[in-house]
Amino acid sequence: MELEQISLTALACAKTYPDGTQGLKPTSLKVEPGEIMALLGPSGCGKTTLLRILAGLETADTGGQVFFGEQEVTARPIEQRRVGMVFQHYALFPHMSVERNIEYGLKVQGVNASARKKTVGELIDLVRLVGLEHKRPAELSGGQKQRVALARAVAAGPRVLLLDEPLTALDSKLKEALRDELAELLRRLGMTAVYVTHDQQEAMAIADRMAVMRAGEIIQVGDPEVLYRQPTHAFVANFLGRVNILRRDLSQTNDGVLVIGASTLHVPTHLGQELLVRPEDIVIGESQPNCMQGVILQRSFRGDHIQLRVRVGEQDPLILDVSRDVVYQQGDTVSVSFSPASFMCAKES
Amino acid sequence: MNTRSPILATLTVSVLLFMITPMVLSITAAFLQQYSRGLSGGLTLEWLGHVFSQYGSTVYASILIATSCVIGNALIGVPCAYALARARGRWARSFEEILTLPVAVPGLATGLALILTYGEWRDFRQSYAFILVGHMVFTLPFMVRTVSAAFQRAEIASIEEAARSLGAGFITRFLTVLVPVVLPSIVAGSLMVFTLSIGEFNLTWLLHTPLTRTLPVGLADSYASMRIEIGSAYTLMFFIVVLPLLWLLNVVAHLVQKRYGT
Repeated sequence: MELEQISLTALACAKTYPDGTQGLKPTSLKVEPGEIMALLGPSGCGKTTLLRILAGLETADTGGQVFFGEQEVTARPIEQRRVGMVFQHYALFPHMSVERNIEYGLKVQGVNASARKKTVGELIDLVRLVGLEHKRPAELSGGQKQRVALARAVAAGPRVLLLDEPLTALDSKLKEALRDELAELLRRLGMTAVYVTHDQQEAMAIADRMAVMRAGEIIQVGDPEVLYRQPTHAFVANFLGRVNILRRDLSQTNDGVLVIGASTLHVPTHLGQELLVRPEDIVIGESQPNCMQGVILQRSFRGDHIQLRVRVGEQDPLILDVSRDVVYQQGDTVSVSFSPASFMCAKES
Repeated sequence: MNTRSPILATLTVSVLLFMITPMVLSITAAFLQQYSRGLSGGLTLEWLGHVFSQYGSTVYASILIATSCVIGNALIGVPCAYALARARGRWARSFEEILTLPVAVPGLATGLALILTYGEWRDFRQSYAFILVGHMVFTLPFMVRTVSAAFQRAEIASIEEAARSLGAGFITRFLTVLVPVVLPSIVAGSLMVFTLSIGEFNLTWLLHTPLTRTLPVGLADSYASMRIEIGSAYTLMFFIVVLPLLWLLNVVAHLVQKRYGT
């Protein structure tokens, strides 16, 4: 199947509801051709509203513009935008077989029966539904329904693919397996795609870049690794994973140091007074006299790793993820070290 | 019978007797030579034959009217139900609440209003179409309410969005997706409309002419003007005609639910 790759742009798109609440503040976002962009955030953050504006299911407030490639589509309803969309609960047509669901878009376009059959056949192979062509949606498992929904969305050759929490309806174990499968399928299709989710693991596994949203605005856009390791905002750091907060006073900040107990670490001034560090970035070892010391307050076995709570100096206890082979027990004193690069900024803007 | 609660069993039997006894008595009366003398007066099929020859046509009239009523209300009611479900204004919600009003207003009042409106049109006034219009006015809300509730379901709204995203304009998606998806509700609504139309009396009584009579109107006529055995035979005919039909419709509705249910 030949699919187009175009960019997708939202310019100053906002959404105010009739009752006056602002679901989305003026937001701009550009998705590059062939890129998978995740809109990530807690519920009510405006991510679905932004997706629906891109789709043409909602109209943005006056002044907002949507571009598919070079073409402005702001005034077009969804029927005329040529988008492929995958919905939260699949929204398959319950009275049609798998095959007829997939060919629906082609039929609407007036494509002849033999061309339809060819495309549907290719897609059924691609999403591995061979043998299920004549089943109805009610007879399929969640994962199969999801693949039908994806095949149906791309069958008529849409210009962009929009996915609205496509995995929410599945239980967590299945979700993990399907997440990777979906990531691989989307890569193979190579289409420009926007993927809405509230699950950071899912976003990181699927997206090339993510836009983290909160309260109707985009806080930070970037590739998953950059967002995880160098968040520019405490909310982003917190939303993508667990973090510890370390505090230093103004004079330490101005001197570019962090003093914990007897040790002094070099931490640049611009990171501010509150520093964030991920549990897996803290290393412990055999207690040595000239090292930073910590006392293990709690040790809990988590299967693939051990989580420790460690008191270091005057700071709040730190959470650490360490290998399950670590032998230290509750009450032991250990040496604690941070790599200076692991400190993240905790500013609120 | 091995019952765990004698009180429950007694209660069940009494309620059953309470409901069934009148029907059994009425059906028995249809076969008695003389009701006052009971079984000792002897049995006969005379009354049934009498009813079939004199009122047989009302059976066809009633079935024809009920069927047309279902078809007409489906054609009008389904698009109305869609419009109502998608209308977001406050008036739409209040309109929905007053939809059942025709049920609370006495049929006689509705009938009178119809006579005032269409009474001058002689041919129409004297045809079965006039009764059909009355039945449609009376039963349309049941169709609209049932189907509108289905259109309002979130999953059906997103199925419609899916069809839109695939490029389907309104007429296309309405016929190929929306109607099939709410078909179980349309069938449920049709069943209700059919049942109400078949049994409707007080509105029909005002609208009918001696030449346009339905089953219930004929029943009233026979009760009023003939012996009680004939009235009872009429009741029996009602059971014989209507019950199998309702059962059949229920089976069809059940099959549709099974096939199209989401």
